[in-house]
Amino acid sequence: MTETNSLIQIKGLRDGLLVSLDDAPWEEQRVALLTQVDGQPAFFQGARLALDVASQVLHVNELVDLRDKLSERGIFLWAVISESPTTEKTAQLLGLATRISKPRPEEGRKFAVEDLGEETALFLHRTLRSGTRIEFVGHVVILGDVNPGAEIVAEGNVMVWGRLRGMVHAGAKGNRKAMICALDLSPTQLRIADEVSAAIRPQEHPRPEIVRINKDGKLQAELWSPG
Amino acid sequence: MPAQVITITSGKGGVGKTTAVANIAVALASEGAKVVCIDGDIGLRNLDVILGLENLIVYDIVDVIEGRCRLRQAMIRDKKLPELYLIPAAQTRDKNAVSPSDMNRLIKDLRNDFDFVLIDSPAGIERGFKNAIAPADRVLVVTNPEVSAVRDADRVIGILEAEEKGPGSLIINRLNPTLVKNHDMLSADDVLDLLAVELIGIVPEDEHVIIGSNRGAPVAFDPKSRAGQAFRNIAKRLRGEKVPFLDLDDTGGFWQRLQRLAGRK
Repeated sequence: MTETNSLIQIKGLRDGLLVSLDDAPWEEQRVALLTQVDGQPAFFQGARLALDVASQVLHVNELVDLRDKLSERGIFLWAVISESPTTEKTAQLLGLATRISKPRPEEGRKFAVEDLGEETALFLHRTLRSGTRIEFVGHVVILGDVNPGAEIVAEGNVMVWGRLRGMVHAGAKGNRKAMICALDLSPTQLRIADEVSAAIRPQEHPRPEIVRINKDGKLQAELWSPG
Repeated sequence: MPAQVITITSGKGGVGKTTAVANIAVALASEGAKVVCIDGDIGLRNLDVILGLENLIVYDIVDVIEGRCRLRQAMIRDKKLPELYLIPAAQTRDKNAVSPSDMNRLIKDLRNDFDFVLIDSPAGIERGFKNAIAPADRVLVVTNPEVSAVRDADRVIGILEAEEKGPGSLIINRLNPTLVKNHDMLSADDVLDLLAVELIGIVPEDEHVIIGSNRGAPVAFDPKSRAGQAFRNIAKRLRGEKVPFLDLDDTGGFWQRLQRLAGRK
């Protein structure tokens, strides 16, 4: 999203927000940013924020102040990008990243989650195209399709609210209780823990199905029925 | 108005990228647009052959980028269409002779002099592909109605989205209506169902395409060819016209058509 406010541009990145400031006086920009945040608390709450400060020269006290102000509002400042070496040094001193690499689909994406355990879920609202690989320590929920050639590797369960036509590995660290479900289950391959099943033939009239490891230790798909 | 820069790509090789570039270029230029095609397949150049301009090459794109000639010197004017130009690829170099920023610079010099700049991307998703999409305003993804080609197209569309080039528009090339009818080939709907992108053209399989390519006379010149018509329609759509898609299923006679119509609820 891009705001009309001339000082600040906000763009959604895949893993957070990128706020770009210009060279107007720092105090003005700082106030403008915080005003913007306070105007839409719900939008910013919990966001990961990268800040592009153009050629602003910022010192430790200024950045610390901003970081704390943002943190009070539930925003995690993780990167500061700058053309000024001084600012870059400041950011490094504070342990902030100074570069945001554009995520590329050929690099598998690992999502790091600390202290949250296996009950965490990664929710992705998009279609995974061929060549995309998602790895996650908890559950994965996809609102979209998983196309052939895409891969999901999760330590927990995998749920696809869409067509599952790629490869899914649930319980990747050995959890044999993990399951995989999809609205339309026609994967190229499914794995739960160390059990593997080959392709399941696509169905004429797809219905939601759940795959688990059955009593014989094999993967088994069942139609989902409510209740 | 500055040129629209359109890159034609596919991921998989042999699906008809170069044929599509040649035919769309001919179709656009026949309607009076100023068009320049750039062969981005350095080391494996073909576009010159399909356009029938092979024997006119003196300088190529690498000569321009390395400063051995001016841009205008490398531009070959088509024999039939005075508003169509080709910048050929080098045959004796490889993709690493050019970088994405080289391409951006080159295209910048062309933007004001043309209506369309068409870039023929090499197969694959490596350097040559990156070079070809770097300057693109719009990307056309060519695929065939077969599983492997569609999967590669899906991959390419994913990369285009990540590079913020938009999802691209799809050309389904070499569709055989009879095979589709007998469920021996993916239908256009099957392909679109998976790729979920905008369709800009369906080109039927047509032996005249091969004959035209071998003669250096793209099929878009041939008013009777169905494939030629499909490419002309794509050109019209690129110019913003609304053109209905061809009814490819005309294999049956009058009564069969009528039955089909009656069966359509």
